[in-house]
Amino acid sequence: MPVRNPHCRAGKACERIAAPRTGRYNHYNKSGEETNIVIRSPKDFFAGLLFLFFGGVAAWVARDYPMGSAVRMGPGYFPLVLGVLLALLGLAACIRGLGIKGEHIESVRFRPLLLILGSVGIFATAIEHAGIIATTILTVVGATAASPESRPREVIVLVIVLLALAVGVFTYALGLPFKLMPG
Amino acid sequence: MELLSNLQLGFEVALTLQNVLYCFVGVLLGTLIGVLPGIGPVATIAMLLPATFALPPVSALIMLAGIYYGAQYGGSTTAILVNLPGEASSVVTCLDGHAMARQGRAGAALAIAALGSFFAGTVATVVLAIAAPPLAELALRFGPAEYFSLMVLGLVAAVVLARGSLLKALGMILLGLLIGLVGADVNTGQFRYTFGLPNLADGIGFVVVAMGIYGFGHIIANLEHPDERKTGIAPIGSLFPTKADLKASWGAVLRGTGLGSALGILPGGGALLASFAAYSLEKKIAKDPSRFGKGAIEGVAGPESANNAGAQTSFIPVLTLGLPTNPVMALMVGAMMIHGIAPGPQVMTERPELFWGMVASMWVGNLFLVLLNLPLIGIWVKLLSVPYRLLYPAILLFSCIGVYSLNNSAVDVGLALLFGLLGYLFIKLDCEPAPLLIALVLGPMMEENLRRAMTLSRGDPTVFVTRPLSLGLLIVAAALLIMVILPAVRKKREEAFRE
Repeated sequence: MPVRNPHCRAGKACERIAAPRTGRYNHYNKSGEETNIVIRSPKDFFAGLLFLFFGGVAAWVARDYPMGSAVRMGPGYFPLVLGVLLALLGLAACIRGLGIKGEHIESVRFRPLLLILGSVGIFATAIEHAGIIATTILTVVGATAASPESRPREVIVLVIVLLALAVGVFTYALGLPFKLMPG
Repeated sequence: MELLSNLQLGFEVALTLQNVLYCFVGVLLGTLIGVLPGIGPVATIAMLLPATFALPPVSALIMLAGIYYGAQYGGSTTAILVNLPGEASSVVTCLDGHAMARQGRAGAALAIAALGSFFAGTVATVVLAIAAPPLAELALRFGPAEYFSLMVLGLVAAVVLARGSLLKALGMILLGLLIGLVGADVNTGQFRYTFGLPNLADGIGFVVVAMGIYGFGHIIANLEHPDERKTGIAPIGSLFPTKADLKASWGAVLRGTGLGSALGILPGGGALLASFAAYSLEKKIAKDPSRFGKGAIEGVAGPESANNAGAQTSFIPVLTLGLPTNPVMALMVGAMMIHGIAPGPQVMTERPELFWGMVASMWVGNLFLVLLNLPLIGIWVKLLSVPYRLLYPAILLFSCIGVYSLNNSAVDVGLALLFGLLGYLFIKLDCEPAPLLIALVLGPMMEENLRRAMTLSRGDPTVFVTRPLSLGLLIVAAALLIMVILPAVRKKREEAFRE
């Protein structure tokens, strides 16, 4: 027996899907056909969205650049064409992702994602102010935190070794313009 | 004989103490990263590029080339000993190489892989020396229309040979071309996609993109899975293959070398495709195909020879046409530009010492690789047991330092961070990033040639199909594209990549 779904804002006759954990509902139109949109291939669909976004932005921004003529192409010509093509392609991938069944996206682990990007960010912000010693320590400690397998003692040894390389090889031997200390 | 005098010039350059040293450093590093999973030649070359700024261009390119083909050698070691391919091109070596290792014959598999690769490398170096001059001569007659069509062909080939969905590979090409447009337009000085940031005026460096995607993006994705290298390392056993081994493999080595040399030249080809093709060829012509996967030595000899031959000959389109066929070659093009060399057919005539020196160094490098991989195999086995949790912080730090030192710019590191996020998304969404990187390098050249061709033809777009060379290139590109869209070929292609 279909259970009417009281939360359905569309006000349609709705039914709970068998899997209760997903908490999703099936929607039906008046003649009883299923109307809910299902993303059958999330990888294709979201890749399509990504392309649609970049293509759309590229084409939108390129409007302001002079187009020129076929003989003398302006700086806007090539980007506009590319942007429109990319957006169309993204749209096609989205539609394909709705229609053709494909693989699911593996779940995102936020710990490595945030900590790896974070430690690169630390390097970018610290390197010009804090000097190579402090930057190396912060970056390496931040990076090691990304792996649940890291052990404190190993981290200390790793920091010392990498510090020696960063100062000895990169700063002195290769002569990169790093300050040792802040200021 | 012109070839001999050219090769003599090459060896004079390659055998100077300095260049031998850099060649050795290159192949040593290449082997190292080939053995260590989680870091590939793209990230390594991107990381080391700044360190080569101070070197003469020849030495720098010799070292970078060594990293590339060295990695193909090293990748087979892990494939055989621990069933993990160090590089994508040694995926098929796992099948029979590791089966041999389980039978206690790892030594024989390693020896055949190394000797087959050496033979293939030697032959491919000669192929490179013979095939490059006529190709370069042909390319010297190219006008802007031909160059544009050539790049279209290169990009189409990159799409065809990318893993996974065609739609996504096409999208990655377009995205790469667009990223290549960021910065001041060469013709008018108009700033494009700089969003008011002065740091973007010179464009986004390909090292920044490569490092973000192949360095940071891959670290994040690798950390999502626990370290897989806890499976035992197989004992090596005797390094000397038996007479039966040699007898079984020499044919496979010859076939692999031929196939690899041919596929390496094709845009989009290179080592990866060559090894897959060689494996299926060996399986097809074997009297008893059921032995494959259970330790058939031809299954090691063929693909290993092919991937090394393909790695060498993929330099041909770069050095003669300026057309990169894979991400490593895209980086090589970038490296040449940084050293003030415009890649293309004129390199051979204007800088013969550079061209022939590189060719000769490849043979020297292959010799080093046999020495590094056979007598010193014990050291690489030890390195295999270094856990990833100790490796990735070092890779991350050196990548940051490498990106920063390109322009002494912290903004570049920040940009690489964004591309790291993008690279991670690509992995999650199964978008192969190789076409993006190739397109990124080709983008500006493509636009430039398109504009020039259109100006020369007074705005007549038929110029691309009325000039015979350009038409020929476009027909090949169209044929390739149609081939993949045909359902039968498409199915085959999917199978080939799954195997």
